Amino acid sequence: MIIKVNARFCKGCNICVAFCPKQVLALDSMGKVCVVDESACIGCGQCELRCPDFAIRINKEEKA
Amino acid sequence: MRDYETFFRTNRLPHIWCPGCGHGIAMKAIAKAIAKLDLDQDKTVIVSGIGCSSRASGYMDFDTLHTAHGRALPFATGIKLANPELNVIVITGDGDCMAIGGNHFIHAARRNIDLTVILFNNNIYGMTGGQASPLTPVEKKATTAPYGTFDRPFNPCEVAKTAGATYIARGTAFHAAPLVDLIAQGIQNKGFSFIETLVQCPTSYGRRNKMGSAAAMLKDMSETVIPLAAYNRLSTEERNEKLPSGVLHTDVFPEYAAEYAKIIKQAGGDKA
Ligand SMILES: Cc1ncc(C[n+]2csc(CCOP(=O)(O)OP(=O)(O)O)c2C)c(N)n1
Ligand code: SF4
Repeated sequence: MIIKVNARFCKGCNICVAFCPKQVLALDSMGKVCVVDESACIGCGQCELRCPDFAIRINKEEKA
Repeated sequence: MRDYETFFRTNRLPHIWCPGCGHGIAMKAIAKAIAKLDLDQDKTVIVSGIGCSSRASGYMDFDTLHTAHGRALPFATGIKLANPELNVIVITGDGDCMAIGGNHFIHAARRNIDLTVILFNNNIYGMTGGQASPLTPVEKKATTAPYGTFDRPFNPCEVAKTAGATYIARGTAFHAAPLVDLIAQGIQNKGFSFIETLVQCPTSYGRRNKMGSAAAMLKDMSETVIPLAAYNRLSTEERNEKLPSGVLHTDVFPEYAAEYAKIIKQAGGDKA
């Protein structure tokens, strides 16, 4: 699983952190989303689904 | 890049909505519905009124109109009549659609003109700082109702039904995936389609009503909004606490632009 964060778009609303069932995400000291445990990600996409800012993306396939 | 992101004016992003505002989730659902239906970008028009919700038209890469407060529907009606080939999608807020624009709303529905209206319902005037709208629930606080409003709110889906809309659905920002299908079905309906989309305004509504974070407001929606079939099984008292979601109503009536075209033909002497 590859988690891509666009920090420029992230407003730190915490929706993705709250809906991640595996505690993969957190807010950093700047109040932006950061990935704390990528290996725990199950690729459910709950974070991307409800991100109002198009700031997080889950890619299931490995980068070419 | 996701397929639907080609429909955003990415150079205008990030958008101006507050952290956690549900408008971004609703706008994304519209873009996904358009991608799903593979609509022609050059034949799709987005029209909005005024409000935080209505800012969405400025972020969407189509021919777009950001009109006057409450007046999205008259502009959209003009566009559809001038060129019925176009897919005309209207984005509006609860104040825009049901307060200042309420009269346009009932008459556009009555005519069954082929428009798809997505109402971003955050139960408040967000942009102007939290005045009560006709969709603010009783007892909720607003700048204009510091002790809680006692005005009875509209149920906009019922208003649409009574006025004559031929496709009516309700979705939420929490149920963001099924929302895409509800919007897509509305676009496909050849007539007046109305999709009430519940969204959270943490700034002007949630904070004043102590509803917690944006995520907490989304969780509330996940509990209060339930599928129509489950809602129908509830007792009358239980229904007071809940709202049904999904396709709530469909009907068949002649479509206004098609009827208008017939009259034009007739007036031009073509009897066929
Ligand atoms: C004719 C007119 N009257 C009043 C206003 C002020 N005004 C701007 S936005 C707005 C309300 C917006 O509320 P809503 O449609 O619910 O959208 P939201 O901001 O909550 O998304 C009002 C009253 C205006 N712009 N024009
Ligand atoms: S005031 Fe409310 S509706 Fe407007 S951008 Fe902020 S959260 Fe969204």
